[in-house]
Amino acid sequence: MAFVLNINRKATTVDVPGDMPLLWVLRDVLNMKGSKYGCGVGICGSCTVLMDGHPVRSCVTPVSKATGKIVTIEGLAEDGELHPVQQAWIDLDVAQCGYCQGGQILGATALLKEHPKPTDAQIDEAMNGLLCRCGAYKRIRAAIHHVAEPQTRTEGAIHAAE
Amino acid sequence: MQLSEQLARHEAKMRALYAEFETLVRQVETFGRRSFLKLAGMTGGGLVLAFKLEAQASGAQADGAGTPDLNAFVRIAPDDTVTLFSKCPEIGQGIKTAFGLIIAEELDADWKKVKVEQAPVKPKIYGYMGAGGSTSIPRGWDQLRQAGAAARAMLVAAAAKQWNVPTSELSASASVVTHKASGRKATYGELAQAAASLPVPDVATLPLKNRADYKLIGKRYTGVDNRKIVTGQPLFGVDVELPGMLIANLVMCPAPGGKVKSANLDEIKKMPGVVDAFVLEGTDDLTEVKPCVAIVAKSTWEAFKAKAALKMEWDESNASKDSLTQLAAKAKDLARKLPAPASNIGDVDKAFASAGKVVEAEYDYAMVAHQHLEPQNATAWWHDGVMEIWSPSQGSDRGLAGVAKMLKLSEDKMIVHQTRAGGGFGRRLMNDYMFQAAAIAMKVSAPVKLQWKREDDFAQDFFRAGGFHYLKGAVGTDGKLSAIQTHSVGFSADGTHAVTGSGRSNNSFPTDMAPNTRHAITLLPLLTPCGAWRGPTDNVQWFASGSFLHELSVAAGRDHVEFLLEWVNRPRAAGPQQGQGADGRPAPAPDTSRIFNAGRATGVVKMAAEKSGWGKKLPAGSGLGISFAFGYGGHVAEAVELSVDAKKHITIHKITAVADIGPIINIGGADNQLQCGVLFALSAAMFEGIGVEQGRVQQTNFHQYPILRMRSAPPVEPYFIQSDFRPAGLGEPSVLPLAAALGNAIFAATGTRVRTMPFSRAGYSI
Repeated sequence: MAFVLNINRKATTVDVPGDMPLLWVLRDVLNMKGSKYGCGVGICGSCTVLMDGHPVRSCVTPVSKATGKIVTIEGLAEDGELHPVQQAWIDLDVAQCGYCQGGQILGATALLKEHPKPTDAQIDEAMNGLLCRCGAYKRIRAAIHHVAEPQTRTEGAIHAAE
Repeated sequence: MQLSEQLARHEAKMRALYAEFETLVRQVETFGRRSFLKLAGMTGGGLVLAFKLEAQASGAQADGAGTPDLNAFVRIAPDDTVTLFSKCPEIGQGIKTAFGLIIAEELDADWKKVKVEQAPVKPKIYGYMGAGGSTSIPRGWDQLRQAGAAARAMLVAAAAKQWNVPTSELSASASVVTHKASGRKATYGELAQAAASLPVPDVATLPLKNRADYKLIGKRYTGVDNRKIVTGQPLFGVDVELPGMLIANLVMCPAPGGKVKSANLDEIKKMPGVVDAFVLEGTDDLTEVKPCVAIVAKSTWEAFKAKAALKMEWDESNASKDSLTQLAAKAKDLARKLPAPASNIGDVDKAFASAGKVVEAEYDYAMVAHQHLEPQNATAWWHDGVMEIWSPSQGSDRGLAGVAKMLKLSEDKMIVHQTRAGGGFGRRLMNDYMFQAAAIAMKVSAPVKLQWKREDDFAQDFFRAGGFHYLKGAVGTDGKLSAIQTHSVGFSADGTHAVTGSGRSNNSFPTDMAPNTRHAITLLPLLTPCGAWRGPTDNVQWFASGSFLHELSVAAGRDHVEFLLEWVNRPRAAGPQQGQGADGRPAPAPDTSRIFNAGRATGVVKMAAEKSGWGKKLPAGSGLGISFAFGYGGHVAEAVELSVDAKKHITIHKITAVADIGPIINIGGADNQLQCGVLFALSAAMFEGIGVEQGRVQQTNFHQYPILRMRSAPPVEPYFIQSDFRPAGLGEPSVLPLAAALGNAIFAATGTRVRTMPFSRAGYSI
């Protein structure tokens, strides 16, 4: 079946079974590897994309339901300019293995749009569904605060006894 | 082959691997003149410096001398771009950044013009290429520094020749060689071609920098792959895409050792997108290809749908019937029935008889799974008589050799690409997915990516074994530790050796824990595959002993920090002896960095106490716990401050972590790895447990196997004592002390001792 998807500000037509999750359309059909397969049942968040600005789990979103405007991690930067959340992720060196970070960044982007200066409780609420097996939560939280208030960079200060 | 024999063979390999980790890492490798192989005048000109272990020199010349093989550590292009090759797998530990920095430091390269690329898997050129046992840094340290220093010496020599001045008048910094007297300067790019025509210096005589002269090492860097990560560029094993590539999935028996009896292959083959479905009989080795059905499809979704529709019958006559519930009951029953001790120092019975206080306790811990977020995968392509593989393994070098053997190919008919790995934690020391992908690729005339489902990762893991410790200890009337007796009830595949992660660690734990000590081990037969899980054996042993030491100090009415300091400083037997030199060279200089050191232990314990505010007054229901661990070359102390409410809900206010792993290469990366290691350990301590019944793993996905999430992740403050020892890794040391520190804090807050892990099984939540 043919579906017209709006991905990263572009209309894209794909011919796939209607029950194929958006994740596999992105990864296998469109060769966009930024959205990751983690659990396949919508509970780890590695496959997160934004649909009309809201984070959705693409691994449990059939292509037939992917009717909104979709932004994937590949489309977050516009014209080669990184989104401030992406830049913060680099500046604070958030990643360990990095596998979940595309989903984390999109989750954080949606959160910051809704709450430009999120509290820790709001971060807990918004980010709890995004699993980081390496445990990089401290820097994820710090990077979100950093985007909200760039001058307060607490994490990243060297604590070492140098 | 019987399942138990397969498991015994697997465990023998694991013991050999860990023995190699410990012996090789204790040798200070020195390299002779022939260690380096120069590959000059390559594509685009410039200097290419390859490197190989002297011990492997035979046949080495042919590897590179005649062919434009760019598999080197250093490549300098005329445009000043310095490309450095990282030889070990990047699994999230930051090795790619750290390795680049080590080479760049001795090279005096301009870090802004440095690119770090993953080296192709060529053990003949690079030597050891795995990531395990927290050994990448200590094993690579000399080799990488020498590679950088050799390239630098050649660039400086080229400038000296060009300007007709002695090399002693030249300096190099940020990729520029300068002659101060005349003011002449040349960039590395300008010198590369000339440098390439010079002889390779004798690296054994090359001076390496003193720490005080480091310009790059020890500062804060963002990871070299970060831009690709945050923009979703392909990096990982699952991201490999090749023209005409097919996707495969496997259906393996849920009980280890099961064989395929029947499967509705004809129906499966008719399903949309399915290209083929066939039985793989397996290689009689559960670390390679287990008996299974392989489904090959045009897309992952179609492969997964076919998998769901597959109807299988298994022959389970040789399969595991393990029941962890039964084994746990048996182990608990045996815990206080001590067999003959495996080791004995002093007179434990006498010490118990004359003790001021005697304490007894039983600790137990669950089997746990790895569950790195990128499921197992590998891509294989059989073409032109060559098997080409892309793998996110932690040991692709071993995988290369193993797959070649399976396919009866010579190793030069193997091309292996190391991808970034979405976590590893020890699981990817196993290369089963590489073997499987290769076996499938031999039957499919196209590149094929094997993609496991999360459920496969749960069912087919190599787990950290659960176990039991019965401990009995005594403090004298003077309040000092006088005796410890331990009985570890663990598991064995062959009846003799403990499985990986079970039993008792002798290589990294100070075995003479007290003036009088006695250790006994009982092993129960287990047919569930086990493997390395971040700090094998020590990660559970330190839970039991770190908690029990606190029980003893409480019984003695002592301050625990004081007690710990006394404990780490008590006189001990000499540490492990130095290994022999390889290939007849003189024995290398003793390297003491991997050996327990009372001074380093004292340093981290004192600093953790100080930074956590040890001794401060805390409100009722709150507590501060501290623990120390040594292992994998790291001395680490961690302190947990928390509150516990009436419903056993824990709020952790802060975790302080202090590590002495020697000099830090990238302080930003190390900070992150230490705090992430702490949270990885917290997740296991609080939540993680695998059940096995009828040989089958009971958990299928994250809803049944909770892992720490943002809401429960407390602040962690990392600190380092950068002693002058050879740098060690951090992946494993960071994990070791946490569980005991957590339990000790709960005791401090509530007076209740937690002796079971995960703590959720004792009713705690976070």
